[in-house]
Amino acid sequence: MLRFAVRRILLMVPVLFGLSVLLFAWLRALPGDPARALLGEKATPASIAQVNATYGFDQPLLQQYLTYTGRLLHGDFGSSPRTGEPVLGTFLDRFPATVELAVAAMIFAITVGIPVGYFAAKRAGGLLDTIAVSGSLLGVVVPVFVLAYLLKIVFAIGLPGQVFGFSLADLAFLPSSGRQDPRIDATHVTNFYVLDGLLTREWDAAWDALIHLILPAIALGSIPLAIIVRMTRASVIDVLNEDYVRTAAAKGLAPSLITRRHVLRNAMLPVVTVIGLQTGALLSGAVLTESVFAFNGIGSYLFDAISGLDFAVLQGFILFIALVYALVNLVVDLLYGVIDPRLRTK
Amino acid sequence: MTETRTDATLTRTGRRGSRGPVNRDEVLLEIKDLRVTFQRRGGPATAAVDGVSFSVKPGEIVGVVGESGSGKSVTSMAVMGLLPQRGSKVTGEVLYRGENLLTMGQRQLADLRGSELAMVFQDPMSSLNPVIPVGLQVTEVLRRHQDISREDARVEAEDLLRRCGIPDPRRRLSEYPHQLSGGMRQRALIAIALACKPALLICDEPTTALDVTIQAQVLELLKELVNDLGTAMVMITHDLGVVAGLCDSVNVMYAGRIVEAAGRRELFAHPRHRYTEGLLNSIPRLDAPRGEPLQPIPGTPRDTIAWSKACAFAPRCLHADDECVVGDLPLVQLGRVNHPVRCVHPAPEEEPHG
Repeated sequence: MLRFAVRRILLMVPVLFGLSVLLFAWLRALPGDPARALLGEKATPASIAQVNATYGFDQPLLQQYLTYTGRLLHGDFGSSPRTGEPVLGTFLDRFPATVELAVAAMIFAITVGIPVGYFAAKRAGGLLDTIAVSGSLLGVVVPVFVLAYLLKIVFAIGLPGQVFGFSLADLAFLPSSGRQDPRIDATHVTNFYVLDGLLTREWDAAWDALIHLILPAIALGSIPLAIIVRMTRASVIDVLNEDYVRTAAAKGLAPSLITRRHVLRNAMLPVVTVIGLQTGALLSGAVLTESVFAFNGIGSYLFDAISGLDFAVLQGFILFIALVYALVNLVVDLLYGVIDPRLRTK
Repeated sequence: MTETRTDATLTRTGRRGSRGPVNRDEVLLEIKDLRVTFQRRGGPATAAVDGVSFSVKPGEIVGVVGESGSGKSVTSMAVMGLLPQRGSKVTGEVLYRGENLLTMGQRQLADLRGSELAMVFQDPMSSLNPVIPVGLQVTEVLRRHQDISREDARVEAEDLLRRCGIPDPRRRLSEYPHQLSGGMRQRALIAIALACKPALLICDEPTTALDVTIQAQVLELLKELVNDLGTAMVMITHDLGVVAGLCDSVNVMYAGRIVEAAGRRELFAHPRHRYTEGLLNSIPRLDAPRGEPLQPIPGTPRDTIAWSKACAFAPRCLHADDECVVGDLPLVQLGRVNHPVRCVHPAPEEEPHG
């Protein structure tokens, strides 16, 4: 298992190298001039030439690539011409927010999705099943930003009016944006705000960061939730019809033990695949959710970088995201082996 | 409930160990007019088992023979309460030591399953959980029904696997099903079924999925083990060869009904139902003249008529005439004792078979 992991990590090197070449070529092929994008409409030919010279945009492409790769190998990811901030520093600053949000969204999707999928499968065709299946369809169909705004309006801003003598504004008990109340003077060590709060024993800071996560996590987790519900349901229905579940029943085992030991473990394999893929996708940033809740992760930053043809940021960020994606997939592959002994590598 | 359980355990301990002191008049399992109908939503109901009755005495080995689709597996599932709750309807009575399993509470039935009633399934490849070590699959049934520690259960499991002919049982305990051959897996399933020394073992075509040479070994093992434990067995099979070597009495099923029931010798010597006769004729024989073609039963089990209108076997029967399609046929005793047959034109009694 260890050798397998090491081999997979080593295999990432050529993959990332290939990606850096592709990425470099791709970005240069985008229409538009980075210097012009940087300077705006009033740029003079002289200032454009100056920017091109500073960032080496006037060099031949091969030369540019070699310079970039050379710096990369020394751990220098360059800095953004737009903001002047170093790429690596910005990434480390913002990525924790994205991770926190993605993890919270996946925790929500998994803890709700697997039980709902399981019980829907147990009573396939029943009321819960119908609600779960149609609800999960709705979860995929409703655009994330629509859901995000709905949640924000109901639970953060507050609706006017009353229902049965109950003021709808009372529902708005959650913060509407940001990662933490700026009035809380929190110490930041890792930039994972919840974790920081726990590490520094600033419980109020941790709690505040946590409640800031709730609405964005639900909005972002809606699609993974829907997929997990459907996947779990289909998988559990399959496993419930397996002969070994009948064998377990013939042993007189308690239903709860049959569920835990014989049904869920076998049903989890395809669900784990989906969870891995979805986690990877969420880690590459959530532009829409991040903008609705003013949650400063990498999604919104990447979006600005694309509009501004910020090559340094795009190259650096996308390489990091690819690395994270590959690592998440490695974890999923290792998990397969834990769940299913048939897939264990010798 | 506790009292009946204690009683049952006592009686069982009394005759455990050897097959000698079995009271042959006592009835262990009595199936009365068992009917199983399956119904899909909106579709018509189909009767997979249509009024089956037979009984099993302690220590007895009873065969249930029939082609695919004759309802023999469904009968066994109904006895164990393993049919899906939705879409199936079970009526009649299944009396185990006088208690009706069909009306018993789920918990009470679960207490009996695995300890008093056990089952060996058809396909050893799919009947073991692929993601759990074999050892746990044996010990979980021990720990469910016996007050036994984890370590003791492991020792017991090792012993069980050894007695079921699995070499190097200690190593096998920590292995997974995919690391065992088909024969080994069936042996493991037998070990699981017999772990709590049940009074009744139902085997649903236990050798169908196995290699021919392994089939014989597994049957021999089953015979030996049930004999040692004094366990009664219901052997469900389509293989008359299995019946010939094993069973005390045989029930022949066709399209959900028993068409003939007799002791083993009686059945092989004097088959009366034309279906049984056809089955026996279709067995290849070593003493038959060379080059003589086998005589198959024409048609397939799908060529059938509802029992309420006629003999379901009539469309495939060489002796069928108008009399066979007039109405519901009863199971009647024909001349000899304990040999009921459901046939209008039974094979003559004198005709020596083969």
